[in-house]
Amino acid sequence: MSDLLAVIIDGIIYSSWLFIMATGLTLIYGVMKILNIAHGSLYALGAYLSASLVGWWLAGGHDPYGSYAMLAAAALLVGLVMGPLLERGLLRLMYGRDEVVLLLITYAVFLILEDVIKLVWGVDSLYVSQPYDLLGNFDIGALSYPVYNLVLVGVAVATGSATAWTLNCTRHGKMLLAVIHDREVSGAMGINVDRLYLMTFTVGTTLAAIGGAVTAPTLAVSAGMGVEVIVLSFAVVVIGGLGSLGGAALGALIVGMVRSAAVHYLPAVELFSVYSVMAMVLIARPKGLFSAAEARKI
Amino acid sequence: MKQLVKVWIWTALAVFGMTAAAIAQAQQPLKIGIVTFLSGPAAGPFGVPARNSAEVMTESLNAGKLPAPYATKGFGGAPLEIVFVDEAGPSTKQVADFRNLAQRVDLVIGYISSGNCLAVAPVAEELKKLTVFFDCGTPRIFEDADYKYVFRTQATATMDSIGAALYVLDRNPKVKSVAGLNQNYAWGQDSWNDFEGAMKVLKPGIDVKTSQMPKLFAGQFGAEISTLLSSNADFIHSSFWGGDLEAFVLQAAPRNLFKKSTVVLTAGETAMFKLADRIPDGTVLGARGMHGVLAPASELNKWFRAAFQDRYQLPPVYPAYHMAQAILGTKAAYEKAQAANGGNPPSQDQIIAAFENLTFEAPSGKVQMALGKGHQAVQGTAYGTTKLVKGRITLTNVKYYPAEKVNPPDGVKSEDWIKSGFKAK
Repeated sequence: MSDLLAVIIDGIIYSSWLFIMATGLTLIYGVMKILNIAHGSLYALGAYLSASLVGWWLAGGHDPYGSYAMLAAAALLVGLVMGPLLERGLLRLMYGRDEVVLLLITYAVFLILEDVIKLVWGVDSLYVSQPYDLLGNFDIGALSYPVYNLVLVGVAVATGSATAWTLNCTRHGKMLLAVIHDREVSGAMGINVDRLYLMTFTVGTTLAAIGGAVTAPTLAVSAGMGVEVIVLSFAVVVIGGLGSLGGAALGALIVGMVRSAAVHYLPAVELFSVYSVMAMVLIARPKGLFSAAEARKI
Repeated sequence: MKQLVKVWIWTALAVFGMTAAAIAQAQQPLKIGIVTFLSGPAAGPFGVPARNSAEVMTESLNAGKLPAPYATKGFGGAPLEIVFVDEAGPSTKQVADFRNLAQRVDLVIGYISSGNCLAVAPVAEELKKLTVFFDCGTPRIFEDADYKYVFRTQATATMDSIGAALYVLDRNPKVKSVAGLNQNYAWGQDSWNDFEGAMKVLKPGIDVKTSQMPKLFAGQFGAEISTLLSSNADFIHSSFWGGDLEAFVLQAAPRNLFKKSTVVLTAGETAMFKLADRIPDGTVLGARGMHGVLAPASELNKWFRAAFQDRYQLPPVYPAYHMAQAILGTKAAYEKAQAANGGNPPSQDQIIAAFENLTFEAPSGKVQMALGKGHQAVQGTAYGTTKLVKGRITLTNVKYYPAEKVNPPDGVKSEDWIKSGFKAK
């Protein structure tokens, strides 16, 4: 198999992983103007709960294919519990404050959740690699890939499509777009902005947890895993343009492909590749590739 | 007569006072700052075993439970008190934490990350605080600078890399190609440079297919594994550790990388028991010295394994051995200095003088402070090949390499020694 094909396949798999995380981050920013750093620990929470549920499921001698349902259940559980808890219990009290204040609050939540994770699961790594191996491998040329990677790509396509369809083709989505455009006017027109905020944050949290759940079988679930992810996700959404779903997709694809090409052709520059691309994009378009022109409010 | 009684009473009081002061001084606890990863991806496989080792060692030393030559309580009778500090976070945080810690303790034993050791060493020197590095591997610490207050009681990454190269040739003298996967920072870079250099000297004409250097704690290695699979290298060298090591094994094994190439994991012993059935047979594992299952049989090793296993229900892995080695090395230096000081508690300078060029026993055998003007330890090392026997992972085909074969002579940089074809000074 030519190197180019390997670059493309590896790039798509990595992009898919990045996109799942970046979607939730960009959605929350787009609607609520919150740069949610806690996204990283919600991703970690999804991974930890998945590892626990899958471990419990398999230890009970149940059908191993049921472990995929456990991954989904863990993601939903984290999203549906943590999303409303954080939005209603904390963020709601801070709306109207400066974006930097909200960023610092989510950073504090990130640190608290990291400690909660350590308190609940300790510092030892957890492994649940069975779902990763269960579906077997497919070969392309000399390279062998687990079929699970296709699941990862499928989940990314599904979450991206579902989010785009919801935003563009449903009543709630159109209301969300109106809120993104102007929160105050939307509220004046009768849209329940508070309810939409709750829904958005819950969906965003669920997407972070889905990211953690689908990643859990591929690595050692360990304390601090959310840090690396949040940095990369920020790079993706900044390249694409904060708040843009299409931008997140393109940003993830660019980062995935650039990193994959660097690993295959120039491993020495892999460390800098992602951030070099980000710097170049920001020099050309300081608000990212898909940033919309903003009307100045007087 | 009255005068005589007075003299006698004053003399008795003086003797009593001096004795009381001496007892108080002898029993003054020695405060040791222990710095290791208590959170983050390195905590589970490295930091916590090291922390547990510090705990079991200090408690056992205080109770006088160790076998000879460490049967005396504490350090020369002085009980030990430990203060734990988390090593997680950037090097700037480590330096700030060290400055605070140095004011609260008599000496510091710590640091797993090579980056942190490089950052802390000059600060230890500036603060004149006896500091013993217990695990970090970069040889640059004592090769690029001289330190009075800094010691390291385990060998450098050079030993691991040259040992790995020797083992590769022992396993397959006809080896034609190698590739590398190492983390992109001091430890990973030094490990790969030494391994690559050693292979080029030991097997002239060796084909180095690729050297992959992903970011520390990247976690996802799909593209790197594809590149390694495409490289068709006979052997793949990796100094990966912690979560990265575990993620690499979990991602690479299903993709048959371990079948296509022989993978050499120089720090693999830490994952040996946790990932037992996930590490394919035929993988080469190292323990950064003769630690863990590679440790030679001795009373001290037998005691250490039993004490650790009883306390934590897990066998000690090499970071636990490194911590025990650092504590025992410091104890040996302290007691040597104490003996030279007429049995009185030694000063820091006296401990340092005793520590330089010291030879002491550890659970992994004899340790010589032979490099870095007596501040850097050397030891022999060992490697073995994994084989799952009745569901239990074992190491077969174990080979031991003596210290002088895998460590440069004093005053010679590792890189220069390797390039010279391992010639003596």
